[in-house]
Amino acid sequence: MSLPITLTINGVRRTIGLDDPRVTLLDLLRERLDLTGTKKGCDRGQCGACTVLLDGRRINSCLALAASLDGAEVLTIEGLARGDELHPVQAAFIAHDAFQCGFCTPGQIMSAVGLIQEGEAGDDPERVREGMSGNLCRCGAYRGITEAVLEAQRSLSQVDRKEAA
Amino acid sequence: MAEIPQASVSQHRHGGSIGQPLTRRDGLLKVTGQARYAADNHPPGMQHAVLAVSSIARGRVTFLDVAAAKAHPGVIEVMTPANRPPLALDPDAKMDPFMFRLDLLQNDRVRYAGQPIAVVIAETLEAATEAAALLSPRYEAEPARIGLDGNDSFIPPVVGPGYPPEVRHGDVEAGLAAAEHRIEAIYETPAQYHNAMEPHAIVATWDDDRLSADTPSQGLAWAQQRIAGLFGIPPENILIRSPFLGGGFGSKGMISGPQVLGILAARLVGRPVKLVLRREQMYGPVGHRAPTRQTLRLGADRQGALTAIHHHVRTATSSFDDFFEPCGQVSHTLYASPAIATTAEAVRLDTGTPTFMRAPGEASGSIALESAIEEMAQAIGMDPLEFRLRNYAEVEPISGKPFSSKALRECYAQGAASFRWQERPLAPRQMRDENGLLVGWGVGTATFPAIMFQGQARAVLRRDGTGLVELGAQDMGQGAWTALAQIAADGLGLELERLEFRAGSSDLPDAGIAGGSSHTATAGVAIHNAGADVIAKLAELAMSDQRSPLFGANNAGVLARGGRLIRRDDESRSDSYADILARAGVAEIEGRGSAAGDPAAQNAYAMHAHGAVFAEVKVEPELGQIRATRLVGAFAAGTIINPRLVRSQYYGGMIWGVSFALHERAELDPRSGRVMNANLAEYHVPVN
Repeated sequence: MSLPITLTINGVRRTIGLDDPRVTLLDLLRERLDLTGTKKGCDRGQCGACTVLLDGRRINSCLALAASLDGAEVLTIEGLARGDELHPVQAAFIAHDAFQCGFCTPGQIMSAVGLIQEGEAGDDPERVREGMSGNLCRCGAYRGITEAVLEAQRSLSQVDRKEAA
Repeated sequence: MAEIPQASVSQHRHGGSIGQPLTRRDGLLKVTGQARYAADNHPPGMQHAVLAVSSIARGRVTFLDVAAAKAHPGVIEVMTPANRPPLALDPDAKMDPFMFRLDLLQNDRVRYAGQPIAVVIAETLEAATEAAALLSPRYEAEPARIGLDGNDSFIPPVVGPGYPPEVRHGDVEAGLAAAEHRIEAIYETPAQYHNAMEPHAIVATWDDDRLSADTPSQGLAWAQQRIAGLFGIPPENILIRSPFLGGGFGSKGMISGPQVLGILAARLVGRPVKLVLRREQMYGPVGHRAPTRQTLRLGADRQGALTAIHHHVRTATSSFDDFFEPCGQVSHTLYASPAIATTAEAVRLDTGTPTFMRAPGEASGSIALESAIEEMAQAIGMDPLEFRLRNYAEVEPISGKPFSSKALRECYAQGAASFRWQERPLAPRQMRDENGLLVGWGVGTATFPAIMFQGQARAVLRRDGTGLVELGAQDMGQGAWTALAQIAADGLGLELERLEFRAGSSDLPDAGIAGGSSHTATAGVAIHNAGADVIAKLAELAMSDQRSPLFGANNAGVLARGGRLIRRDDESRSDSYADILARAGVAEIEGRGSAAGDPAAQNAYAMHAHGAVFAEVKVEPELGQIRATRLVGAFAAGTIINPRLVRSQYYGGMIWGVSFALHERAELDPRSGRVMNANLAEYHVPVN
């Protein structure tokens, strides 16, 4: 049995013969496409470690059935940097020490990218924290995460202004 | 593992690496998804293993529908007690306190809910998961013994890693009788589960009688020894790679049963196997912090000096193994009192075996002791910080030893100043915020022993002026890749950019366990000594070489810095490592170093780190809803290798304190013995 679906993953269009209808997007990425940057922490949408962008929106990839996503666009942590140039959120996570063990980090970063694109949080740390509250960090690096998101948001809006000018 | 690619460092460093707030050297890998954790490995031919676990807490498995599971497409094998490959050592054997009994399908007994009872191996994760459900186990169940009153208590032979269960200093009853103020209070703490973000995982590959395993480990050498014993093979036949742990908190210190089941599954099917615990499976076979009921009896005289401390703990262990949360330890060190007693009792319950969990004993013990101190201060009518200072331990109270260092008074002072503690009214319920919420301010003391394990390291200096330092250190997020490399660079007198640093693999020198807040000290001393060994050999070469500017410098000595040896008495005279080695015709110089606690120093001094944490909490007066709105911590923990990493550790520790007080507790169903909130939505951990 093989279900053919087409996904654009990190900008590359791929035709995938899905071997099993039960496969989640997370297990497709991790176990079949060797994109292991996206992590599995709970497999039931409670921890956020598996966050990716689906058609520009952040989702828990453990709760998305791959077979239902034909034609979708997926952005994972592996597709965020431009070559050697880190995305501003990635750079800010290093600068603000926004992680310890690093296991939740890909999900935190993808969630932050999604949050900034949503444009709802503004520069209010409390709203950033609320917007990031679906991503657990057991090491407790939350302060650095909030600072990193705020800084990345500032640098991205400067880029926007430059591009608009 | 080889050197890791690193992010460009934006800070400018002057002089040594130690003490610099460098960003994490593993940061680039971690923010790009390239850091390879155990479950990210996928060797050719790898199969997926999924555990089936018990839904009863005590009894026997009477039936497993192995035929149904095996009939599921893609399933290769079902491992049960009937076909589990043989082991060289009984998993229930216990030769030392750090050897935990494991559930490795040795029989049909069930001793806790969530115990592995079978392993399904299949070509895909989906097939293995569904087939595990098809096993539809049947049981002969016995009543579960759950809760601190669930069984008769006994006095444990030891508590924690081997401390005496009872310590008595002075006459507590006389001290209480003579006291002007007495309080007796009982505090219960619930069972807690580590819940590292990374579930326990293993990718195991056998090649004849050689095993390679990718699995997170806080103690590579211990894991290697344990596996060697179980399988009857030499430790050197086992390679464990653990470059990054997705958190440990104690749960990855000793290798767990499920990790060994992954190795057994690979043995059974003769192919590489990946086994990853599901989140709910982490509430049984991989340890937890046991529940406690602590009774504190304190006496104080009219001036507020403590006359007696009695700290009694009732805790729990499993029906089949021993680990007793050592709550009384904090009462041995924190406050001066002429009489101190700590006592313990325990019950055996039908749960998994408890183990070390972040500050085992200190976390659970200090929440009780510090709460009692607070209640006593209130009974006396004294400011709780003043009461603590009134009973400040200038020497370790029971042993009488001086502290090797203790800056707790400064922690209190700086924390109080930053928090504006002096504005705190003495009586409770006096402060409200602009929304009418009640505001409370409190203080707590942090203490943890400064422990050293044994460790080794190897250092090499090469003719091209670069260096290598390697050891089996483990980074679970505390920052070993960065902090230990900083120590290594200084030890070899090299810029960090010229250093290759290897860690996280069992084929490197044993660096000791990453636990007990000991790893930077243990591994760091071994690294420092390995570097010193290399530099001594290099200096010998230079000082005996007539062509060297350092010739004859023996008495004055040399120091190593920036890739050069420099005369101490005349810094204008120096020689580069590369030149020294080139003239001597030597390709490289190797050095070894080791570390261990110094018994003479340990006999002479009490060694602890200290801290003070101040908290503001707001409570909705009608609903009782609690918000922790402000936390200030001040800590004294010795030499700080990297302030940026240490700040994160302090924040994390304080957040775990909030979590202990307000969030996390496992709820066990007294009828079934199951953890009812075995998931991250209902077992509450702090969120952003």
